[in-house]
Amino acid sequence: MSGGVDSSVAAALLVEQGYDVIGMMMRLWAEPSVDDSCSTHNRCCTPGQMDDARRIADQLGIPFYVLDTRDVFKASIVDFFVEQHRAGVTPNPCIECNRSIRFDWLYSHAMALDADFLATGHYARVVKQGDVYTLEQSVDEAKDQSYVLSVLSQEQLAHVLFPCGDYTKPQIRELAARFGLPTASKHDSQDLCFLGDGDYRRFLKENAPELMQPGPIVLRDGTVVGEHSGVANYTIGQRKGLHVYAAEPLYVIAINPYRNAVVIGPREQLGHDTLTAGRANWVAGNPPSNEPFRAQVKIRYKARPAPALVTPLDADRFSVVFDAPVRDITPGQGAVIYDGARVLGVGIIERRPELSQ
Amino acid sequence: MTARRDVYLDHSASTPVDPRVLEAMAPYFTEVYGNSSSLHSYGRRAEAAVERARETVSSILRCKPSEIVFTSGGSESDNLAVRGAAWAARAQGKGAHLVTTPVEHSAVTATVKQLVTVQGFSMTLIPVSRTGQIDVEDFVSALSAETTVASVIYANNEVGTLAPIPQLATAARERGVIFHSDAVQAAGQLSLDVNELGVDMLSLSAHKFYGPKGVGALYVREGTAISPTQSGGSHERGMRAGTHNTPFIVGMAEALRIAYEEQAERVEHLRRRRNAIIDGILTHVPDAFLTGERELRLPSHASFIFPGVDSSQLLMHLDMRGVAASGGSACKTGSPEPSSVLLAMGISEADAIGSLRLSVGVHTTLEDVEYAVSAVKESVSRLRSVSSKLRSARLS
Repeated sequence: MSGGVDSSVAAALLVEQGYDVIGMMMRLWAEPSVDDSCSTHNRCCTPGQMDDARRIADQLGIPFYVLDTRDVFKASIVDFFVEQHRAGVTPNPCIECNRSIRFDWLYSHAMALDADFLATGHYARVVKQGDVYTLEQSVDEAKDQSYVLSVLSQEQLAHVLFPCGDYTKPQIRELAARFGLPTASKHDSQDLCFLGDGDYRRFLKENAPELMQPGPIVLRDGTVVGEHSGVANYTIGQRKGLHVYAAEPLYVIAINPYRNAVVIGPREQLGHDTLTAGRANWVAGNPPSNEPFRAQVKIRYKARPAPALVTPLDADRFSVVFDAPVRDITPGQGAVIYDGARVLGVGIIERRPELSQ
Repeated sequence: MTARRDVYLDHSASTPVDPRVLEAMAPYFTEVYGNSSSLHSYGRRAEAAVERARETVSSILRCKPSEIVFTSGGSESDNLAVRGAAWAARAQGKGAHLVTTPVEHSAVTATVKQLVTVQGFSMTLIPVSRTGQIDVEDFVSALSAETTVASVIYANNEVGTLAPIPQLATAARERGVIFHSDAVQAAGQLSLDVNELGVDMLSLSAHKFYGPKGVGALYVREGTAISPTQSGGSHERGMRAGTHNTPFIVGMAEALRIAYEEQAERVEHLRRRRNAIIDGILTHVPDAFLTGERELRLPSHASFIFPGVDSSQLLMHLDMRGVAASGGSACKTGSPEPSSVLLAMGISEADAIGSLRLSVGVHTTLEDVEYAVSAVKESVSRLRSVSSKLRSARLS
């Protein structure tokens, strides 16, 4: 429970359906505050939100506990975030958190309390077909969070509930009003909840200063065309702030951590029609086929699924060939494979081999 | 496991109000509601009740009624004692050095800290042993010519250890140092005879001995100068401004009277159940150890460490099983810090996270104890298996 409308309504729906519900909030690691003004709280589990969640639990007549998740979150998410940036990779902390914190650490603690299910306020649906659980997009496409839940396994899907997944956000708000819960929308879950101010560049500057060392801006063939202020200041697809003068607009197309270089190129070099992904999870336990198969692949949370041919490489890697080039494929983000509304699996996008030197 | 039952083992945090106490309080809400400072009959009746209560409290502390100051509870009593005496002594040009221990209740610790950081006082912390015990010689050597006030907790709230108050108080008074003791946990179980104890000031809080919350007392030995920390009207001989909370003061006195009337049986009852907890936990829970003294401890109080367990998670598991207990550091915010009391006793940070306090009360039965011990055993075992599972998953 976050104190927000989604998890509150999820809890209320379960209470209404007759479940014996326990409210839990994870106290995550928070950056020591930037300006020293309000001690150590991140943006998604502040004392205010804790009080809100406690009040809602009280209103629903359920127990509420806050679990100290700081150490494991720091090690698995925050340190990983810095490490990956050092390797020129931009991880998706929500995917990593769902993989190793929410649906592993918290899940294990919930199961140790004899819980039958771990429920969250996520927008996604679990459907049981025969003996197999499938993960599907929520009915509200705009709110769908199946992308960040793609790391779930059969065992977890058998023990998770997403009560909000069957509703649209406006319906959830109506339900909140009906249950007498606060309906005001707080900020949506933040990608980088552990940052005091949401400024990940400042955070990297402080925690990985070497990423703020100036270095060359190069073209794909290695020609140096300028100087950058530190690779952490650039993201793939970025056009502004390069200070390189050319006849056509130039974009960041890659980060080369080995040479501390920012690689730029014209618009057509931004698009790629292939990627490889590792640390894969197949929701059904296995890929649908060991042969190449057709699917739709989403390369970031807010991207549209793009038609592609997916080829499983080994147990936890696969490659993707898109029907048409896709812009801004970013190493570290999840490549989530869909069959229509159903999630087949996810892999973490790997760096392009041409830069691995 | 036996059927779930609700077992309250957090009497060191608070106790239920004794129905006899509630009954004694009732008329002072709706009938005798006058302001005890008023001249009219309503006021006089309230004043009489407050003064009768003062006599009752003083008869148990074996002091003069005029040496009792009514407050809003233990924290206020501690604040008034330490800050009030430190201020008054400095105003008299007597020095500005304070002596205390690292195992005090935060009401004393934070007050001393504020005096040091904001008002230029200095202080010395006496070391404590592995059981939280204080050595009289260490105490004496911390006292200097500049020392004006010393404060040592009577029965420790986290680990139950009893301090040698008479020896410490005698040593302090021989050197002209005002001696205060926080007796919030001790009250209702141990002797509060201020002459036996030798203290100059003693803090009490009613809700620890089956009285209401929000009322307490401070004993101030005649001749001990203290400056008020809450100024205003001349209530409590100018030491504590504010209209008397008549029903609560009456309730506290009645609760204290009952506690000492029944002291011998109560203490025997508590000690028996506490010993059953200690024996049960140490026998049935692997790697558990007791914190504080084994014998020289508060009769109602048992405290442990379960290495490898996060106490806030243990409390959650116990709560789900109906057992109400508390950790070393009461914390609902999911950020348990290792208790500074346990750290001062030389317990490691990792172990200090796994502390649990089980405190019995007059209604606790041996069946309650048996149930709680098995709930602790089962919860600790579950939590350890979750963490070992998560650890091995991470290592693989």
